[in-house]
Amino acid sequence: MSDEPRLEAQRYADGTVSCPSHPRGLSGAEQTGTVDLTDRTAEVITWTTSTATPPGVREPNTLAIVEFDVDGESVRVLGQIATDADVEIGDTVEPVYADELREPGAGIREPESQDWDGFRFDPV
Amino acid sequence: MEPADYIILTCEKPHMDRVAVIGASMTQFGQRDAWIRELLSEAGEGCLADAGVAPDDVEHLYVSNMASGEFEGQTGVPNALAHDLGAVPAYTQRIDQTSSSGGAGIYAAWQSVASGASDMTLLVGGEKMTHRTTAEATDVIASLTHPAEYKHGVTLPSFAGLTARRYLHEYDAPRESLAKVAVKNHKNGVDNPHAQFQKEVDLETVMESPIIADPLRLYDFCPITDGSAALMLCPESVAEEYADDYAVITGIGGATDTHVVHEREDPTVMGGVVESSEEAYEMAGIGPDDLDVAELHDMFTILEFLQMEGLGIADQGDAWKAIEDGRTKRDGELPVNTSGGLKSKGHPLGASGVAQGYEIYKQVIGDAGPRQVDADVGLACNVGGFGNCVITTIMEEAQ
Repeated sequence: MSDEPRLEAQRYADGTVSCPSHPRGLSGAEQTGTVDLTDRTAEVITWTTSTATPPGVREPNTLAIVEFDVDGESVRVLGQIATDADVEIGDTVEPVYADELREPGAGIREPESQDWDGFRFDPV
Repeated sequence: MEPADYIILTCEKPHMDRVAVIGASMTQFGQRDAWIRELLSEAGEGCLADAGVAPDDVEHLYVSNMASGEFEGQTGVPNALAHDLGAVPAYTQRIDQTSSSGGAGIYAAWQSVASGASDMTLLVGGEKMTHRTTAEATDVIASLTHPAEYKHGVTLPSFAGLTARRYLHEYDAPRESLAKVAVKNHKNGVDNPHAQFQKEVDLETVMESPIIADPLRLYDFCPITDGSAALMLCPESVAEEYADDYAVITGIGGATDTHVVHEREDPTVMGGVVESSEEAYEMAGIGPDDLDVAELHDMFTILEFLQMEGLGIADQGDAWKAIEDGRTKRDGELPVNTSGGLKSKGHPLGASGVAQGYEIYKQVIGDAGPRQVDADVGLACNVGGFGNCVITTIMEEAQ
């Protein structure tokens, strides 16, 4: 099995899918498996460029909510837009791995309490 | 199957009548030299005086506060306040529900009286924030987000930018309609002596202010604020001993929405507003058409639209038309944010929901001074996170 980082979504017994994963789905359904979104594309639902960013975050910081189609089920994900890229609502984007999305320890959250790598989105 | 053994916890006091608000106070909002304990004491003392209640008559004391530990390194504030007010041995509890801590405090204080557990409950909400930089304060607030959001540098203002862009796109609303919310609420704030900004702004100033979270600009956001506010609650039968004019909480409801904001089915709908208001309307036996005045959580201008629609004050996608038509101005069909809202009055996190209650209380008892509108029934909607937790409270003039 590859050690390559993956953008994973969670499937639940009621057919819903979420990213990030939760112990149970919104209706209380149990987990049934995961879906790899890494090689899929998504559509930009909305975006913003934030100019007042917290400690350890790039400035400006363009963020988007994007939507994947997983077997007819909508799966939305929030993430940074790749540096220097421009997007509009309706654009198609793909996940691109980044080993550090913001500087751990610069903000209030305990650095060891969570991961700091993840996926940005780049226009296709 | 045999029923499980259980016990019944009884209360000494019988189930009480309606819950009344008999006094209120708020401090000057803005950049204050006072720290959290002093701010809470100032509002607490003011409320005791306004209600004519002696400190040792307070049975329950609730403190709405999001983050005094993170902002100032001061925890245990309810006990500190009980001591400072001379209210020991009152039962105390801290209420943290992020930006809706104040509304949640009203709910807790209402429960304490409605359940019969307390005959006199003081609620004080407060926050000390301005000694922190904007970046630090923003990060403390953003710490409520899910790790998957936090690591991308999400802030509450960026959620507002994401939602505003989708709203304008989906409902073909003009960008200026959001700016008009800021203009209206700043105009209302001129007559509020406690407001952080008692100054009008014009449309051009809002539209040309610096971008903060595109398409939203500086004047679409509330400021960082220090301040405190307080309410005194008791059973209606007790209220009559203290006041000729008082308000009654006739409806209250609380609800949550998803923690992860992007997992909501429609990013322009705040489910917690819908659910909490339905509960409050049902309890009060009224609907949105019966409201005379409303205080909404305009931490960002877009939130005023989302709450108007969630509360049933406007149809989905139509709230922007109400501001264009002037229906929510002070002299409009339904005045919204006569206090100036969070936008002009300021947003000391734990105090804001209590201060909304202060304004509605003043309006329904006819003591709002130059801000007074013709109001018998008022509603306050206090939003935590980005619609993550919501409390809706309905107050009516006591008949």
